[in-house]
Amino acid sequence: MKKKRGGIIFLLVTLITYIILLFFNRGIALDALGYFSHIFVRVFYVLLIVFLFMFFINLFLKPKTVLKYLGKGSGMRGWIIAIISGIISMGSIYLWYPLLKELREKGMKKGLIATFLYNRAVKVPLLPIMIYYFGWLFALFLTIYMVIFSVFMGIIMDRIS
Amino acid sequence: MFPIFLSVLLLISLFITLVPKSFYSKLFTKNPLFDSIIGAVAGSVSTGNPITSYIIGGELQKAGIGLIAVVSFILSWVTVGIIQLPAECYFLGKRFGIARNILSFLFAIMVSILLVLTLKVI
Repeated sequence: MKKKRGGIIFLLVTLITYIILLFFNRGIALDALGYFSHIFVRVFYVLLIVFLFMFFINLFLKPKTVLKYLGKGSGMRGWIIAIISGIISMGSIYLWYPLLKELREKGMKKGLIATFLYNRAVKVPLLPIMIYYFGWLFALFLTIYMVIFSVFMGIIMDRIS
Repeated sequence: MFPIFLSVLLLISLFITLVPKSFYSKLFTKNPLFDSIIGAVAGSVSTGNPITSYIIGGELQKAGIGLIAVVSFILSWVTVGIIQLPAECYFLGKRFGIARNILSFLFAIMVSILLVLTLKVI
């Protein structure tokens, strides 16, 4: 509820900025609005697909589900699940910190936590918008590099922390 | 979430309208290492949903910013969290939080250079 209100306040502040600008520099405000309508039309349909993806993932993937598979002695399976769950995990990072702390206390390696957090940079539901802006080759190779570097991250973090 | 996207699109439109393209060529030097560091610094101090970083990055690239800076910006946006660092240290330990964020910053620079080189070769 607080988050929803924050978004609306953010939008209101932005709109007020535009209204003030309309009074002081009408030309710039209208140019910016013109640019906005141009971007909005381009991005709108891609955003619809993204919201749909996010809705279904939020419906099925809960933090507690991950807990079952990343516990003590998860071995190679643990690394794979840390990567996949990092990629498909949604929501604010603040929701995940308490769970990761709980997992850590139950024996999850710090490296797996670091791998999980690193893979949050690649989001499957958001791929349509990434492909729209940067192309599918970009999205493909970025995902591959992220996964490889997330394992490096995990190995290094296991040794130094 | 929708009001936030509307706000981001409105603000990025204003930013692109207000900032002349010549500014980017002054700020970004076409030196891969320097540009990726600037991108990573900008991403590290920002926070929010990754989709916001894609939109900002994509629009800035269209406005003339190099791909290396945009990639390091997008990567550090999610993997480095200066704003979230106190919470990360609280839940996962100070040593873990600081080490992970420093490594993520360095990785953002490395991955951005590697990715752009890969895309050039292909």
